[in-house]
Amino acid sequence: MQTIDADVVVIGGGGAGLRAAIAAAEADPDAAVALVSKVVPTRSHTVAAEGGAAGVIHPEDHPDKHFDDTVSGGDWLCEQDVVEWFVGRCTPEMTQMEHWGCPWSRRPDGEINVRYFGGMKSPRSWFAADRTGFHMLHTLFQTSLKYPSIRRFDECFCMDLLVEDGRLRGVLAVHVPSGDSLLLRCRAAVLATGGAGRVYRQNTNAGIVTGEGMGMALACGTGLRDMEFVQWHPTTLPGSGLLITEGARGEGGILLNRHGRRYLQDHGLGPVDPWPRPRAMELGPRDRVSQAFWHEDRAGRTVPTPQGTAVHLDLRHLGRETLEERLPQILHLARTFAAVDPVEAPIPVRPAVHYTMGGVPTDRHGATAVEGLYAAGECASTGLHGANRLGSNSLAELLVFGRAAGEAAVAHARNGPAPAPGVERQAEAARRRWHALLEPHHGERLATLRDAMQAAMEEGVGIVREAEGMARTCETLADLRARYRRGVRLDDTGRAFNTEWLATLELGHALKVAQAIAHAALARRESRGAHLRSDGYDRRDDEGFLCHSLAWDQGEEPPRIDHTPVTLTRSAPGERVYGGPA
Amino acid sequence: MSDTRTIVLECLRYHPERDEAPYHQRFEVPFTPEMSVLEGLQYIKDHLDGSLTFRWSCRMAVCGNCGCMVNGEPVLSCQVFLRDYHPGCVRVEPLDHFPIQRDLAVDPSDFLDKLAQVAPYLIPDPVRTPEDGPHRQTPQQMQDYLDTSACINCLLCYAACPQYGLKADFLGPAALALAHRYNADSRDAGRARRMEVMNSDAGVWGCTLVGRCSEVCPKGVDPAGAINRNKPAAALDTLRRLLQSGRTCTS
Repeated sequence: MQTIDADVVVIGGGGAGLRAAIAAAEADPDAAVALVSKVVPTRSHTVAAEGGAAGVIHPEDHPDKHFDDTVSGGDWLCEQDVVEWFVGRCTPEMTQMEHWGCPWSRRPDGEINVRYFGGMKSPRSWFAADRTGFHMLHTLFQTSLKYPSIRRFDECFCMDLLVEDGRLRGVLAVHVPSGDSLLLRCRAAVLATGGAGRVYRQNTNAGIVTGEGMGMALACGTGLRDMEFVQWHPTTLPGSGLLITEGARGEGGILLNRHGRRYLQDHGLGPVDPWPRPRAMELGPRDRVSQAFWHEDRAGRTVPTPQGTAVHLDLRHLGRETLEERLPQILHLARTFAAVDPVEAPIPVRPAVHYTMGGVPTDRHGATAVEGLYAAGECASTGLHGANRLGSNSLAELLVFGRAAGEAAVAHARNGPAPAPGVERQAEAARRRWHALLEPHHGERLATLRDAMQAAMEEGVGIVREAEGMARTCETLADLRARYRRGVRLDDTGRAFNTEWLATLELGHALKVAQAIAHAALARRESRGAHLRSDGYDRRDDEGFLCHSLAWDQGEEPPRIDHTPVTLTRSAPGERVYGGPA
Repeated sequence: MSDTRTIVLECLRYHPERDEAPYHQRFEVPFTPEMSVLEGLQYIKDHLDGSLTFRWSCRMAVCGNCGCMVNGEPVLSCQVFLRDYHPGCVRVEPLDHFPIQRDLAVDPSDFLDKLAQVAPYLIPDPVRTPEDGPHRQTPQQMQDYLDTSACINCLLCYAACPQYGLKADFLGPAALALAHRYNADSRDAGRARRMEVMNSDAGVWGCTLVGRCSEVCPKGVDPAGAINRNKPAAALDTLRRLLQSGRTCTS
């Protein structure tokens, strides 16, 4: 096994990982930074983000408004001290990205342009047409090439975090093309592995968003927080789940049911006029807009398509010129993948899983419960998003918390205790354990177990939930884990570029993450944000559940669920008011 | 589903631990009209042969990970559709001009090394701090570089470029297009630094303007155009250096 010594290992080469690596390199140019990513960094899922990144710059906007929108959008489950810290750091980070070359869209006078997203009092989303994540990711990746202290390990899959006595000692990875194992000894690591949307079938996520980073952290004792809060993006292509950005509604797009009615007015987001106005109708928050779809669907007011029911996202009134300038990728996606030209016809859309609000609990510097282990981006739960993430806050989060985690990790590496000996033995044991997955020549196909997990999650822990369905999903997941333990029969038993083996490894973690979601959901006997119940717990219950959930690893058993308090600083829980008069 | 038909995918196979040479394997795949070639490959991996190896990620033509040759053309497998090849067969092979790692996966490191050589990042003068606020840049100024900034690093242009096939040290279409992207950015002052690598046989002079790169680009980048817009500046740079060295000799 090849052994590398590094001060900081960053796991994941998406927006948060790259920002963390750059921050570590800038804070301490002498520190060795290893950037380990299971794909070439430009393939990371940040690339698919479309609409925008939040930062107060509009003259009518204010950080207090960003705070209020975030906290009310999160249904008061946000860590308010973290939100306060965050809103003050977004704009400098956006500006830093501009200095690194990010092609933010401009007004005619050359100043930064911003657009509305759902749930915002003022326009706040910095955007690069509708390829915001793509441009951010490539800007960060290309900028990272400037720093000689960042050594990349592309297509190295992180197999395990090596932790002893609550302290991180190293990272075990496999170089995918050769299959060779790699031990990275380090004092600090930043987990930036993204979300877990692929535990569901219909999702907007790339194939790599499989949740193993969360699973690995869970296994080494960090817990997972607020996992029941899964975001459905309201506008995705039926079947594939490909994302049609909220920016389309920010630019003025409207949603219509089968009768041509702007149905959001019937779900607490109206009245329609005056239009457009912030925090109303199509500019409502994602949880409410997706939940409205569910009700329309149940009432039979959706449109049938070969890939499932849908509503219509109508952009025609924006005109070809605006669409080509502001939403070029949406035009391409709709034309290529839905055979619809948005200039001529409305796009059929339906909700799909988009984002995991929960994750590895951290403080504002990304520190987890494991000494030396930091987390940032979608895999982390800083407490920023509460029960429902506001659109545009995740791209901002990558930068603000990616940087914070990178800086904290390198400081820890510099000042922390010397690495303990013996990590090689631990690495070898872990390597054997994961290689054992290659051995069974019996058992079920990977796809059988994966599809069953995804179906169970759609069935029991969907947009609207009830106890019986959630309990059934919990049982199914326990059964799937037992079947997984009995063996997954691989066609591929070679070492070089064995993606079937790596997908099996991912699935093992994904099943545990799925359990955390389902069990935390069942334990939350109220409705809040993206967690909506139909079985008598259809209201928010601040007496009982103004608290985070925490899922703890119990080995082969399902996770244990605890609850911990929420930090409130200046915003007492109130009613979430959207729509209403202007 | 009633509109399910069957198509043959003929995939190149190569396992470095086992095979002396690549070979082709045929798979019969049921498909519906919306299924992409990528989804055909995924069907094979899930149901027929879990050892078939290929890269993919976003499924929406933006991550650049799923490039391969389909019936001899470099394409993103996620945005070409099985229906368009039926009733013929679909021959899926790794991208031309790159070493095969396994099956349809090629080694992209040559491109990544070349990208790093062209200093693909903003080199500002003077350097600003976040307190200075953003640069001012008009939409017109953005037009000078926006098209080349759309490169997704999918490598289709390298697979299409005959010069890269002949001359492995040629920096190639995407790396040179991205060098141009920064040269053409009103916020950048790094042109001179990039000139050294661009003004060479491996740089802009390696391009013979065949233009296949621009034809196959899935994002409408025009690398051939970008490369040739840099030739006059490179020629001037050569002249300037000749004059300077002339002065050095006579003094």
